[in-house]
Amino acid sequence: MPERTEPGRVSLRPPTVDSGHADHATIRLHDVWKEFVKRGGRVEALQAIDFVVEPNEFAAILGPSGCGKSTLLNMVAGFDRPTRGRVLVAGEPVEAPDPRRGVVFQEPALFPWYTVLDNITFGPKTLGQSPSVYRPKVETLLEQVGLQGFEGHYPAELSGGMKQRVGIARVLVMEPRVLLMDEPFGSLDAQTRSLMHELLLSVWERHHQTVLFITHDIEEALLLADSVSVMTARPGRIKERLAVEFPRPRSVELTTSPLFNELKREVLALIREESRRAATEKRA
Amino acid sequence: MSVISQRVPWFAVLPLGLLALWHVAVTQQWTPPGIIPSPAQVAESWYTWIFGAPGKSLSPYSGTWVSNVLYSTRRVLQGFLIAAAIGIPLGLFIGWNRLVANLVDPSIQLFRPVPITAWLPFSIAVFGIYDASALFLIGLGAFYPIVLNTTHGVRDTNLLLLRAARMLGAGQATILRKVVFPSALPSILTGLRLGIGVAWTAVIVAEMIAVKSGLGYVLWDAYYVSRMDICVATMFSVGMLGFLSDRVIYVFSRLVLRWRTLEAHA
Ligand SMILES: Nc1ncnc2c1ncn2[C@@H]1O[C@H](COP(=O)(O)OP(=O)(O)OP(=O)(O)O)[C@@H](O)[C@H]1O
Ligand SMILES: [Mg+2]
Repeated sequence: MPERTEPGRVSLRPPTVDSGHADHATIRLHDVWKEFVKRGGRVEALQAIDFVVEPNEFAAILGPSGCGKSTLLNMVAGFDRPTRGRVLVAGEPVEAPDPRRGVVFQEPALFPWYTVLDNITFGPKTLGQSPSVYRPKVETLLEQVGLQGFEGHYPAELSGGMKQRVGIARVLVMEPRVLLMDEPFGSLDAQTRSLMHELLLSVWERHHQTVLFITHDIEEALLLADSVSVMTARPGRIKERLAVEFPRPRSVELTTSPLFNELKREVLALIREESRRAATEKRA
Repeated sequence: MSVISQRVPWFAVLPLGLLALWHVAVTQQWTPPGIIPSPAQVAESWYTWIFGAPGKSLSPYSGTWVSNVLYSTRRVLQGFLIAAAIGIPLGLFIGWNRLVANLVDPSIQLFRPVPITAWLPFSIAVFGIYDASALFLIGLGAFYPIVLNTTHGVRDTNLLLLRAARMLGAGQATILRKVVFPSALPSILTGLRLGIGVAWTAVIVAEMIAVKSGLGYVLWDAYYVSRMDICVATMFSVGMLGFLSDRVIYVFSRLVLRWRTLEAHA
């Protein structure tokens, strides 16, 4: 693993690890527009988005509420189609959801009638994998996310953090090259969220999936991501993209370093500017 | 105080009170004599109806209870199963597919307000005074709550769960089986409970007129020969059977919806 020792923003190149095969899971949005037609009018959610997540990059997106972050992610996931423009993953246009693009939702979205184990094996079983293939993976994952002993529990019996870990495990078991996460830890308490950060970092540092991560939390974005993009208020555009080049492996202690806080102030200023602009425009 | 109030079998207070009132009303002749039987008379006739030697003194109300109960129960079960076998899949498709909904739903809504009693002449004209006629009425009555509740349950399926399933590679068939059906199951079971209730109503109506056996037939026949004691015993019998079948479905739902009872406690 290439250790980068010098922090700061030198280049945008993400670490290149274990991508020897020809699987270049690039996410590419090309001049993407999205308009919703509602009763009584149209809502312009996204405007002329050009955005690329390189293979193995962990990209975070920040932006004011309602600016179209979920809309953007839903189009990459294949839940929704752009009004104009193209969304490509690994060079192919996105037509429908695909297990190669794992999605972690803000709410865990587990199947309440299935146990933890059945939730995690939902994907492999659906794809017709044989138990001898997925069993070992499930065992490893259960250990990795700390859910051993809870295989037979129903989601209703789990805490919020545990549910979210199941939500992550059921996606990881599919070994996706692309991970899409829409404020996955937004509803967790600070303590649990911090544990989830450590979990996600350890997962990502092992597999280096291409990640699109949406959040409201600046600190979270800076701790996890290789790049942080700030969106404008609606209609959403990409306002600015910053590289975050703290060395890896990272840990939660990073958030106390002066350099981290300097970057945090910078991002905060960008977001403030955007919220202020949105507020004045509303008044006008 | 609270310890005592917990030990009192409160559920029994009202029925016992009504029974006592009934007894007093008949023995004190508050009711016209000879029309309303006393609880004791009903109990005695009911006992003979159940345990008496069949064929004794040519009375049809000796030892024939079990066979009549079996006739009615079999009809209810058959009609109910037919209704469920059609209602559940149809409800799933109406809820899932807009085209099927547009095709079928308006017709269901159009026919639903017609009470099953109004179908009697039609049913007898088409099916005759046979079992088929009874099954048609019972099945039709039970069909509506089953199909409507199933449809409602399917439409209530959480969009997020549908997306999650598609993201994990599930196609339409898998989603219907593993997501939509379990998600709609609480609603489906509610439909089944309502359906079995309607089925017991329908079987009595059908047996009164469209066939010559079962509790409904006995009820009407006993009325004609002025055996009000048997009428009342029949009413109790139907009430008990309806209650029992509802319990069976209720206990079954508790078992299959275990994940849901956990949720309520969490
Ligand atoms: N299905 C839809 N129909 C109509 N309008 C929609 C739909 N989905 C989103 N919108 C609108 O598009 C805009 C962007 O929504 P989106 O959910 O993408 O915002 P967001 O950035 O994810 O917000 P939040 O941070 O609150 O999650 C909002 O104004 C929303 O009302
Ligand atoms: Mg959102």
